[in-house]
Amino acid sequence: MFLIEKLKDVGIISPRKAEDYKKAWYKFSRNPLSIAGLVIVIAVVALAILAPYVTPYPHHAEHYVDFANANQPPSLAHPFGTDQFGRDVLTRIIFGFRYSLMMAATVLAIVTPPGVILGLIAGYYRDRWVDTVIMRIADIFVAVPPLVLALAICAVLEPNIFNAMMAVSLMWWPWYTRLVYSMASSLRMEPFVQAAEIIGASKLHIMFKEILPNCLGAILTKVTLDAAWVIILGSALSFVGLGAQPPTPDLGTMLSDGAKYMPTIWWITVFPAIAIAVIVLGFNLLGDGIRDIYAAEAR
Amino acid sequence: MSSALLNVEELQVHFKVYGGILKVLNDVALTVNEKEKVGLIGESGCGKTTTMKAIMRILPWNAIVPKAKIYFKGKDVMKMNDSELKRLRRRSISIIFQDPTAALNPVFKIRDQIFDVVKYANLEMGKNLSKKEIEEEAIRLLREAALPEPERILDSYPFQLSGGMRQRVCIAMALASAHELLIADEPGTSLDVTIEDQILRLLKQIVEEKRTSIILISHALGAVKGFVDRVYVMYAGCIVESARTPDLFREPLHPYTKGLLAAVPKLTGGGVPSGIKGRVPDYMNPPLGCRFVTRCEHAMPICEKKQPRMIKAGNDREVACFLYGE
Amino acid sequence: MRLATYIAKRVGYTVFVLLGLSILIFTLARVLPGDPARMALSPRAPEWAIEKLREQLRLNEPLPIQYIYWLRDVFSGSLGESLVTRRDVLVDISEFLPATLELLLFALIFDVIIAIPIGMLAGRKANTWIDNLVRGFAYIGVTIPAFVFAIIFLLIFGYILQIAPTVGRLSPGVVPPPRITGLLTIDSLITGNFSVFVDAVSHLILPSFALALGPIAQEARITRASVVENLNKDYILASIAHGLPERLIVLKYLMRPSLIPTISIMGLDIASLMGWAFLVESIFNWPGMSRYGIIAMLRKDLNAIVGVVMVTGLVFAIANIIVDIIVSLLDPRIRMVERAK
Repeated sequence: MFLIEKLKDVGIISPRKAEDYKKAWYKFSRNPLSIAGLVIVIAVVALAILAPYVTPYPHHAEHYVDFANANQPPSLAHPFGTDQFGRDVLTRIIFGFRYSLMMAATVLAIVTPPGVILGLIAGYYRDRWVDTVIMRIADIFVAVPPLVLALAICAVLEPNIFNAMMAVSLMWWPWYTRLVYSMASSLRMEPFVQAAEIIGASKLHIMFKEILPNCLGAILTKVTLDAAWVIILGSALSFVGLGAQPPTPDLGTMLSDGAKYMPTIWWITVFPAIAIAVIVLGFNLLGDGIRDIYAAEAR
Repeated sequence: MSSALLNVEELQVHFKVYGGILKVLNDVALTVNEKEKVGLIGESGCGKTTTMKAIMRILPWNAIVPKAKIYFKGKDVMKMNDSELKRLRRRSISIIFQDPTAALNPVFKIRDQIFDVVKYANLEMGKNLSKKEIEEEAIRLLREAALPEPERILDSYPFQLSGGMRQRVCIAMALASAHELLIADEPGTSLDVTIEDQILRLLKQIVEEKRTSIILISHALGAVKGFVDRVYVMYAGCIVESARTPDLFREPLHPYTKGLLAAVPKLTGGGVPSGIKGRVPDYMNPPLGCRFVTRCEHAMPICEKKQPRMIKAGNDREVACFLYGE
Repeated sequence: MRLATYIAKRVGYTVFVLLGLSILIFTLARVLPGDPARMALSPRAPEWAIEKLREQLRLNEPLPIQYIYWLRDVFSGSLGESLVTRRDVLVDISEFLPATLELLLFALIFDVIIAIPIGMLAGRKANTWIDNLVRGFAYIGVTIPAFVFAIIFLLIFGYILQIAPTVGRLSPGVVPPPRITGLLTIDSLITGNFSVFVDAVSHLILPSFALALGPIAQEARITRASVVENLNKDYILASIAHGLPERLIVLKYLMRPSLIPTISIMGLDIASLMGWAFLVESIFNWPGMSRYGIIAMLRKDLNAIVGVVMVTGLVFAIANIIVDIIVSLLDPRIRMVERAK
């Protein structure tokens, strides 16, 4: 709240926007779970950014072997134990956050603008050929479960993190298009859109300044929840071997590496699994909180 | 003098919501005699439906009932056990809900819904009807509710029927399980005015034929005037006045009632009425005294401090206002 | 419209979409950077071997020609030859598909018989400790991906507690029943072989439950929300006011409208089941089509990859059609299919 006040005083945001943000924050903060989600996400992001400085053994994140110290159970020196190469699991998990978040951010940044724009166009020009073309193409992409499509696309590329990101981006855009399409096609019948049409507003204006702002809530919620999904997808891809490759510290590769050593050397697998669960939980709670901000208005 | 069929006294109902407790019903009291037609008028949100739900014990889960004395034919409704309650609901009283579309289950045919009501209503009397008998009874009830082609209606889904037809179906179902008291919650409000009129006429005819009592809830004074014998006026969870219909309309006592009657535009001229100034009180922090105090032209100091009780004000009349005594 | 017409329409649409999908995968496989032949053999393979493979896969032809060859193969009942097994991909898939279907079926059964009752229970007892417990578990079920559950189950129930088998469909030494449907449970029941049935079920429990947890959580949440919303509806109040017995109200008048959103979501949940099957089958060494697919993907077995994707798309489309038919049978307002008189 104080942050918003400060920004208003400095003049970065207008008083009206400040009111909106304050109201949004109030709705968001009423649910302690949403705050928990925000805290988790901020913590993960902070850890990821500051990884080299906060981890006890930053050099373990890449090529490093110390077989004398391999497969050590959790101890004071290594709170999460060491893996089969003697690398500190805790450090690798925190570095793993980096890759997960990077993947989420990149994919969503690539996917959201074209997906949304296509959805706007298809929704606004509903029942014209543009609509049919765009949505049929989108239908093709959603005809197969997302994970399967991601795996298949990754399968025909060289396995590395970059390609994994590209693959997921390639198959993820239709979901945004579908979401925005359904919202835009019902919104375009609303009086305020028709009013804009009557006074001669350009199609671009209508799509971006009239329809889009009303979809923002759903889009923002979806982006947040999708962050969790992309991270899961990325982990699944690396788990199978089609994404990040060793020695990159990725949560998925850590899981698959450790799976061989179960159940005796359990810490190599269990801690990354918990880490994935925590990130996903954080984004889900945050996403639910964001949905609450916009949902309360819809009542 | 007929004996009292339904006697409600000191009914308090609160609702627990996010942010506090809404103290809605404030010592509501009313009486319905046998074969009597009683009206309950008041604006939206004043607690009429809540009172009825309390009588039938179908209040929502967040309702708190600190005090309630509800007697049906001398028996305490709040203390009834399951089988007595079932008997009450299956034979004695029934409610016709305000919105017929919401009151019918959208994914079942009318046949399923009305058959079950008929079946259990008769089960209560020890009659285990066969499928055919149930169907005959259902058709008979639909006819009573002035529905043509009952067979076609039975095979329809609610969304296939018009608003008026749905309301009549609800009436037919209510007739199956209301042999002593019918509660009609704003019947026809969600419908066309002409249909509303038909529905009211239908109800009046049914009730007079069967000699059932009825509580007619409405916020339209005209609907009530030509229908009921006695009227209760409700405001913000309190009963403020009760009188025989002609008396009430000829000479309203409570300032709220006066305001209500004055607010109806008259064909004989006089311009647009002024309405009642102010707003309904906040149920979370209701006034300590009379709940109408902020809007009353005749407010006195005592009105803010003490709550007025219903006092006799004539033959078969009561009013809760310090203007007429303590 | 009649049921037959509806199915015909959906099938036609499915064919169209699958065709588009095949073009998409086909194009991607050959257009994206990287030489499929080289990736299949290995970076250090001799040039002549790579060239031979390229010939065999017809990679040197123009793209549309390659596609037409593939289409021709499909119509004559072949999905190309697998680099790994050296058999027709279609033969491979028909051998492995029943195992995956059995897994998915079991997961769905778990889903329905667990999610709906607890969802309804939580909805009816909203805001009590039962509800909060259910919602808590549901939240965990929805956030944690299936393969994490699979690993945890493997660890706890498979290794530590040792109460369920962890590898394969049958214990070593157990003779499988004659192959009628390919589904071990059904086949063993049909042939009256009860002990094999029990063994097959015991192998199914862990992987299908790991798969099912996500959908169970999701369906339970939606059922709960739906029940909470419907309990306040006037038609339920009216049923109570008419004195109908509680059992009848819950199991008939509350259940059907509450199930509609749940079943509608099932299509997506089936998608999630089919997706995660790829990982769970690998973890449990389950000889299904999904594991075959993963191996194909790792070995760059182009024909097999395309085949698996297409079959997955087909199964998914059929599942969606079935779900949509069920929904329109439940909800008369969705008049997609005419209901039997």
